[in-house]
Amino acid sequence: MRDEAAGGTAAPVAVRGGIVDRLYGLTTAGAAWLVLVLLAGTAASMAWGGRQAFATFGLGFIASRDWNPVAQQFGALVPIYGTLVTSAIALLIAIPVSIGIALFLTDIAPRWTRGPIAIAIELLAAVPSIIYGMWGLFVFAPFMAAHVEPWLIAHVGDKALIGPLFSGAPIGIGMLTAGIVLGIMIIPFIASVARDVFNAVPPALKEAAVALGSTRWEILSRVTLPYTRSAIVGAIFLGLGRALGETMAVTFVLGNAHDFSISLLMPSNSIAAAIANEFTEADTDLYRSSLIALAFLLFIITLIVLAVAKMMLLRMDRAFGRTH
Amino acid sequence: MSRTLIRRRIVDWVALFFAGAATLFGLFWLAWILWTTFSEGASALKPSLFTEMTPPPGADGGLLNAFYGSAVMVLLGIVIGTPIGIAAGTYLAEHGRYSKLAATTRFINDILLSAPSIVIGLFIYVLVVGPSGHFSGLAGALALAMILIPVVVRTTDEALRLVPDQMREAGFALGLPRWQVTSLILYKAARAGIVTGVLLGLARISGETAPLLFTALGNQFWSAGLDAPLASVPVVIFQYAMSPYDEWHALAWAGAFVLTAFVLLLNLVVRLFARKGSKT
Repeated sequence: MRDEAAGGTAAPVAVRGGIVDRLYGLTTAGAAWLVLVLLAGTAASMAWGGRQAFATFGLGFIASRDWNPVAQQFGALVPIYGTLVTSAIALLIAIPVSIGIALFLTDIAPRWTRGPIAIAIELLAAVPSIIYGMWGLFVFAPFMAAHVEPWLIAHVGDKALIGPLFSGAPIGIGMLTAGIVLGIMIIPFIASVARDVFNAVPPALKEAAVALGSTRWEILSRVTLPYTRSAIVGAIFLGLGRALGETMAVTFVLGNAHDFSISLLMPSNSIAAAIANEFTEADTDLYRSSLIALAFLLFIITLIVLAVAKMMLLRMDRAFGRTH
Repeated sequence: MSRTLIRRRIVDWVALFFAGAATLFGLFWLAWILWTTFSEGASALKPSLFTEMTPPPGADGGLLNAFYGSAVMVLLGIVIGTPIGIAAGTYLAEHGRYSKLAATTRFINDILLSAPSIVIGLFIYVLVVGPSGHFSGLAGALALAMILIPVVVRTTDEALRLVPDQMREAGFALGLPRWQVTSLILYKAARAGIVTGVLLGLARISGETAPLLFTALGNQFWSAGLDAPLASVPVVIFQYAMSPYDEWHALAWAGAFVLTAFVLLLNLVVRLFARKGSKT
């Protein structure tokens, strides 16, 4: 084709290029559409698959704590509660640690150590979640049962208000253990975004603070954090989205119990863990439909959380004058 | 020194101390998890791991069928997902750069990137396993491809947008049509970034368990076909770790060791390579 272009008139090439160009544009646009279709299709097929459960139980599906395959009664309150509580524990741990790591990597660590430390932290995100699950089940849960939980029960369990959260038997498997494992898993996601936006703060702002005699903590708390606030919130929501949908690690250490308990030390369930544990054993249409309805709820919640995350991060980009 | 200054200094030291402690906290878990995996896994490693099939309870065996199944599904997932991902990424960065569709897709793609993988597994179940009536390796590969696509879309998009516009203009000035500028010039310039994305995606889907549970299911025996349930390393680890048998636990640790070593080495090599590439 290029030979022709070199030897002859340019017009035929432009026409032919035009057709291939259009095909190329259409193909790539089709692939872009496919990404949208995949997301919409997932939401639609979950809604369709769960229609029987929603039709049978109505709003009671999310309000009832009754999950009984024998009686064909399915209420999602316990898995929803377990998902929210474990994710909340994860955020409580991950937020301060991630911001600390980001601060350490941008301002404190000797320059030559920053790259290796950042890669090591990112490797935390690369470890497959099944490995977190196995480690949690065989190593961390026994550790919690032997060392941490007895102490919590003895010293915190008898306090007013928060006492009931830390009562029961120290069995290691439960919401507290699952929340801690989740927290470790989402640290790298929050930390890497936080580090990037800390690095993107205009040096002039920090230098101005230094010139006014600020300490490094004052620069972080009064310049960096206010300036990057929306992106940090975005990073936190990104971590939350990951925590809500995490399956394997939680399945190992949560105990798959459908009894509601207020104590963080007791076994519970999460939406993802319930699906992973029970879907292949679901023997009736209603049972299967209820699990898909759970997946629908999980998908919608994570979509909203991740959309908020993305919008907060975009707002930060716009503040920097980047438009993409 | 005034008292406020001393107080500010102390607050500062405490904050810096906590930042360092937070980093140590993060590294501590990585070290603990890796140490457990490697010490438990190394003692369970044996040659028969790669020559024998997954055993019934109480017997000795290996993970050959699981390694094979994982390799087949991951490779097929790459083969299906990579072209789609690169095409969509090309649209975002080139053909539709300033279009509404590109902006929407970029937004949705980032959401898909973090979407719960268990729901993606269920989607493929509803789409493929339900209508066809049986679990299959093909369904597993499709689920893995669906997880890979957003990774490749994003890295392709980013890599192409890093190519300076002068290169595009030079191509157009030679009279090349847009598709040739993209395929002959831009892909070459962005190759390192795109390959990095595919390899990181490969590492990611190698360890995925949740999307395979209801698609490929698992298979205790050797099966080479894509039309039947297919074993995979992560699913076997899950089943064996949850079982009460010591032999199965040992096999699960051995599988966990191989899987973790593969995923982390791939990550390290790709990241070091990308770092080197970006410097020059």
